[in-house]
Amino acid sequence: MKMLSFARRNRKEMLRDPLTFGFGIGFPLILLLLLSLIQANVPVPMFQIDALTPGVAAFGLSFVSLFSGMTIAKDRANALMLRLLTSPMKASDFILGYTLPLLPLMLAQMGVCYLAAIALGLECSLRIPLALVCQLPAAFLFIALGLLCGSVFTDKQVGGVCGALLTNLSAWLSGTWFDLAFLGKDLQRFAQCLPFCHGVDAGRYALGGEYGKILPEMLWVMGYAAALLLLAVILFTKKMRSDAC
Amino acid sequence: MKAIEAKNLSKVYGKKQAVDRLHLSVEAGELLALLGVNGAGKTTTIKILSCLTRPTAGDALVLGHSIAKEPERIKSCIGVSPQETAVAANLTARENLEFICGIHGYGAKDAKQEAAASVEQYGLEEIADRRTKHLSGGWQRRLSIAMALITKPEILFLDEPTLGLDILARRELWEIIQSLKGKTTVILTTHDLEEAEALSDRVAILAGGRLRALGTVDELNKLAGKSRFEDTFVALCQGGTPHENA
Repeated sequence: MKMLSFARRNRKEMLRDPLTFGFGIGFPLILLLLLSLIQANVPVPMFQIDALTPGVAAFGLSFVSLFSGMTIAKDRANALMLRLLTSPMKASDFILGYTLPLLPLMLAQMGVCYLAAIALGLECSLRIPLALVCQLPAAFLFIALGLLCGSVFTDKQVGGVCGALLTNLSAWLSGTWFDLAFLGKDLQRFAQCLPFCHGVDAGRYALGGEYGKILPEMLWVMGYAAALLLLAVILFTKKMRSDAC
Repeated sequence: MKAIEAKNLSKVYGKKQAVDRLHLSVEAGELLALLGVNGAGKTTTIKILSCLTRPTAGDALVLGHSIAKEPERIKSCIGVSPQETAVAANLTARENLEFICGIHGYGAKDAKQEAAASVEQYGLEEIADRRTKHLSGGWQRRLSIAMALITKPEILFLDEPTLGLDILARRELWEIIQSLKGKTTVILTTHDLEEAEALSDRVAILAGGRLRALGTVDELNKLAGKSRFEDTFVALCQGGTPHENA
């Protein structure tokens, strides 16, 4: 109950911030539309709707990371945190309370992205819900990144790190905007060591019906998500204690 | 019955001794003011007693529970209103009250009932359904105290509750605080002498992290040999041996 109350408050805080909607849902949709227009005029395989949609859906998740990180960082800087820390809530209530509201938000965001893609020509089939499921580990990955950044940085720093660095890095190294081979062998290998391109590829393979290739991609992202989530929990708990002092 | 019994509490931050061997005893239902200039150790004392930070040495029993060993037991029986206004900005005043009930384990129906009762009790009807980020400082502070009280804590910690408020808002808050006397143990930090004099049963004067004197305003005036409390405060802060056995 304590955790759910906290989660409810966090959901309201995020949803009542118009920027969350504007950027979290609107911006990826605009990108999807623009790139589809480019594709209509200058056909590029990368921008075909079934290749583009999983990339844009994953890119949108990085914005939720940004907003969750900012919510946590703002809370840490606010006297409200002192009140919360003197309540009977435990560390697990805090972590789940920050995490749970993000899941439906991210699912809704991806859902809207795929619905828009259907309107732009993506074939409506059962592969779409499968792609959503396959991209869930990416949602956990970005939740962990938001929790991690919110625990370590101030809200202004989160804006810089998540807003500029994470969103760009996750986009460039995900293979959404261009083929990773364009980066050269070394950078391509580096990008493939990171989870972002695997999160996108899991969705692409699901949409393309290449089911045998999905699991390795998902496992790659899940490994990163679990490690980052663990690190985020440790740092968050540590920070909670030091902030109170 | 003792609500708080602190023994030899100390807190060190790096090289700074924020609280130095504090002995303090507070009766249930008493309103104790921790009075001191900035950096005297008032807020740190409250943070230690409300289990926000661990003491470097010593222990305190809050409602019979050790702050070192049973912080969770203590947290369910206390309310804290921090120095800065502590409200959730995008929630309405009513939602803030319900939220506090929720994180203290109340069910949704009980939380709504308690919030409605608090809105009435603290005169928040006018702003109950407005988001708190749009409220004035006075309303936010009043709400902040209502949030600290909604779970009916046995001990309430108020850290500089009237800081930055205008005279009218301050007087309104004083009335709320005075209405708690005898029912709730209140520990209030302030550097406002008038506030300490007007509200408290006893005053603890802190300076440099040490308890300099403890007693009623009359007792402290007598101890310092002064007739004005301001002179008493200055005399006790600047000189004399720290009070060892409160």
